Parts: sequence; C-alpha cells; structure tokens
Amino acid sequence: MPPLMLKGLTKRYGGTAVVDDLSLELVPGRCHGLLGPNGAGKTTTLRLALGLIEADAGEGRLLGHRLPREAAQARQRVGVVPQADSLDPDFSVRENLLAYGRYFGLSRREAEARIPALLDFAGLAGKADARVPTLSGGMKRRLTLARALINDPELVVLDEPTTGLDPQARHLVWQGLRRLIQQGKTLLLTTHFMDEAERLCDRISIIDRGRIIAEDSPRALIARHIEPHVVEVFGEGLADWAGCGRRLCRRCEQAGETLFCYTEDPEAVTDALDRQGQLRYLHRPANLEDVFLKLTGRDLRE
Amino acid sequence: MRGETQTEAMPGKAATPASPPSPRASPWKWLPVWQRNFQVWKKLAGPSILGNLADPLLYMLGLGYGLGRFLGEVQGVPYLTFLAAGTLAYSVMNSATFETLYSAFSRMHVQKTWDAILNTPLTLNDVLLGELFWATSKSLLSGLAILLVIWVLGLYADFAMTLWLLPVIVLTGLTFAGLGLMLNAVAPNYDFFLYYFTLFITPMVLLSGVFYPTDALPAWLAAAAQGLPLTHAIALARPLVLGYWPEAPLLNVGVLLAFAAAGFLIGLRLTRRRLLR
Repeated sequence: MPPLMLKGLTKRYGGTAVVDDLSLELVPGRCHGLLGPNGAGKTTTLRLALGLIEADAGEGRLLGHRLPREAAQARQRVGVVPQADSLDPDFSVRENLLAYGRYFGLSRREAEARIPALLDFAGLAGKADARVPTLSGGMKRRLTLARALINDPELVVLDEPTTGLDPQARHLVWQGLRRLIQQGKTLLLTTHFMDEAERLCDRISIIDRGRIIAEDSPRALIARHIEPHVVEVFGEGLADWAGCGRRLCRRCEQAGETLFCYTEDPEAVTDALDRQGQLRYLHRPANLEDVFLKLTGRDLRE
Repeated sequence: MRGETQTEAMPGKAATPASPPSPRASPWKWLPVWQRNFQVWKKLAGPSILGNLADPLLYMLGLGYGLGRFLGEVQGVPYLTFLAAGTLAYSVMNSATFETLYSAFSRMHVQKTWDAILNTPLTLNDVLLGELFWATSKSLLSGLAILLVIWVLGLYADFAMTLWLLPVIVLTGLTFAGLGLMLNAVAPNYDFFLYYFTLFITPMVLLSGVFYPTDALPAWLAAAAQGLPLTHAIALARPLVLGYWPEAPLLNVGVLLAFAAAGFLIGLRLTRRRLLR
C-alpha cells in the first residue's frame, strides 16, 4: 500500500486551477520531493494530501484512508512540518511536545517517555526547559520537526523545511531527515532548493502551474532533460561571442548578462573561450537547477 | 488477476480496497485543545485574573456604594444588591467575549496554533469546541468571583436560590463564547473587534438592565432590548439574587441557547471557509 496515493486531483480557486489533474504515488521508506517555483501549487498539494481541503475533482488515499473524509484518522500516523512557525510561544520546548502529543491522544507518561530521544534527534538535548522565543530560527525548525515525530509517524510531510535557515542550520535539518529515511519513514517534502532535493530525494516531481511536468530520480531527470555540462559565460563582449557559442553548443540560453551553454563537449566551448581571451566563464556539471529552469522557464513568478 | 474478476463481479464496490479500521470517534476530542489553553493560562494567570476579576468588582463596588448613596433603593433593594446580578452577567459576558475575540484570534491568526492542531487527528470542530468550552470555563471563573462577593457581602435573599446562578453563568458564557467565535471567524485584525464592542456590546450593556431596570426605558427600546442576549441572562440572574424565580425562564434559556448555537455553528462554517479552503 503506498503511503500516499493521489489520482487526478484538481483544486480551483476562483476559476484558476491551482492544482491541475495531479497524480502522485509515494513509495514506502523513500523521500519524495515536490519541486516547483513559488505559487506552483506545492502547498495546496500538501493540504489536499493531508485532507485539510477538499479537491474539486480526483481522489486520494492517505495511509489507506480515503481523502478527505477519513483524513483525520490517517493523520494519527502522519507527522507534519508546516512552512510557518506554529510553535506555542508561551510554552517551553518540552511543553510544546507534551501539548502536541495530547492531540494524538498520548498520555503525559507516553509523551514524556518519547521526549528525550526526540530532543536528542533534534539537537535540543539541553534545551528542554528553554522557552520558544529564546530559540534560534534553526532550533525552532528542529523543534517543529521533533514535534512532528511525537506520534512516531509512518509518513512525514514537510513544507519547505529549510527555507530561511542559514547553511549550518540547513545541514542539521538534512542530517535529521536522512536519519528518518534510514529509520524507514516515508518523506514527502516541498522545496525550491535544488540542492536539497538532489541530496535528499529518491524521487522528484517537478510541479509548475499545478501540474507535474516531470517525475523521476534526480539523476535520471538530469540525464533525460539536460546536457551533462554547463558553461556559464559572462563579461565584456558577450554579445559578439554569443553566435559562436550557439554554433558550438546544443542549446544556449541567455539570462541577463550571462549565456548558459549546455553541451556534451565542454572542451570545445572552453577552448573557444580561451582563444577569445576576454570573456569569463564557469564550467560545471549540469544539476537539477538547470533541469528546473529548462522546464519551468526563467521568468519570475508571483 | 483475481482482483479484476472481483471488480467485474461487483462493479463500483470492490474497485477500491477497504480502509483500515477506524477508532471510534470520541466526544472528548476537543479536550486537548482546552487543556492547551488551560496550561498557557496557568502560566499567565496573575495578570489575567486581575483583569478579568478585579475590574468588574471595582465597578460593582464603586458604583454600588457611590451611586447607591444617591439612589437609595432600586426595585426595593439597595442599589449595590440590584447591581450585583447585572455585574455578574456583564462580567461573564466580557470574559467569554475577550477570550474568543482577542485570545482566540491570536491563536488562530498570529500564532498559527490552530493550523498546527489541524495537522493532527483533530479537526476544526474539535478546535472550535475546545475554544468554546475554554472561553466558557474562563467566564465561569469570572462569574464565580462575583458570586463569591455576592455571598460574602450577603447581597442575596436566599442562598439556595443563588446556586441556580451557576448554570446561568455557564449558559451566559456559552452564549457569548459562541457569538465571539463567529466574530473571530471574519476578523481581519484586532481593530475589527472594536466594531463589535461599540456597535453591539456597549449598547447592549446599556439596554439590557445591567445598571438600571429595563422598564426605565421607552417602550420601543425596552422591546428592542428583548432581542439582546444579555437581557435574558440578566432576566435569569437578577431574580435569583433577589430571591424569587424568573418570570419566563424557559424563554430566557431558549434565547440564550439559540444565540450560543447560532453563533457557534455560523462561526464554525465561517472559520472553515477561512482556514480550510
């Protein structure tokens, strides 16, 4: 039984389909990423998956329970890390976990027994009695993650778990998420960080305008949709050289003052650039970001 | 392939596998929400108690003794005794109203506490029921404080009768908690609640007989006052303090229950539209 199965879900707001005929099936014990620009429908998809809102069309099952009617029962075995901070500011770290445990029907004793391991997991071992406003942003996010695990969920749903965190804090969250995957939990996360998706996810759905436009493992997405090498060219005289670049590469894209050359033969490009001598360039392997930009375009959303 | 045969044999029935067995829905699912609010309140109880309890007491004693000296007797009793029932209802109303407007709004809109709870097996019904009963509990505390003063100062005629004030307090608390949740559901910000106070609460306090008997009002205003919930709360409370039975208790209870239920159900609907669409 897939932990989550969505079939042909559509959700419209005022005539606009924010989620448009979307289907998704999670594999137990794997991490699935929903990758998309702002406003692509990622959060709406999660809210549909949790049974918080009703779809206009389509159907879904969360841990075998029909959505949205039986979603409340299903959520007994689901952990959620929302995008916005929703910790109780008047409570200490421990009290936050106790109160949240009660929503799952955990007695104080049961919750107390789980708290040390959760605090350890979240790197908050010494902070049990700290009040929430005294925690850093990274600590709050880790506490939110610990809170989502109080019911020992089978499926953990995370909405942009590292947005707004500094690099150290992001790495700590990633470590935690990897350990959850090792423990056999299924993860569904949204992100617009390509490196995050590439690092954590076994499978990625690229979502744009409410539709899944590509779905595969990160490696396969890169192999299928993009040339293996990218040469980013910028500097004085780019306009004159651009024609040469376009002849040498399979695909070129200009964004502002930079020319992105996608190619299987990067030496041909870098040799030509070295001969030209004036332009600066950066040669790197193609990554998920390139796939993402190719598929969703370079225009700003919102 | 057996599955397919089955599907053909029973079209539309076996097509989707049955859901796992579900635990029986409990009528107490709202309790953790109430407990959460209680835990927070315990931490901040000092200023909260002072604001909720001391304020109406000061008004009652100040006006009761001060104005009472000029007024002498109202409806055959000292003004302070007359004022006691009005203050009781007023205080219960205020407590339930503040809790469901400002405090609930901060939990719903600012702290996102409700959003966090909705990600658990609890539903919006549970959240709002928890808030309704919590606000009612807080207003019960406010009412009890006034009742205690009524007892200590001997502002009653028949002690046993004043015990009937307890269900009146709870009912009044429920009524204004329900109405408050309805307002909360449509509030864009804290300032919005001023409309409720200026346009509804304050005129109601002046018309419902808190400070003077409603028969002092022009007939049309007195009739209008009959449409206000606080009037009915006082119509129950005042006789019980003064030692006789309310004239139309079923009507009063019915009106209060109707306001409570309408407020809560409309509030639930509007909050669902606000948070879960």
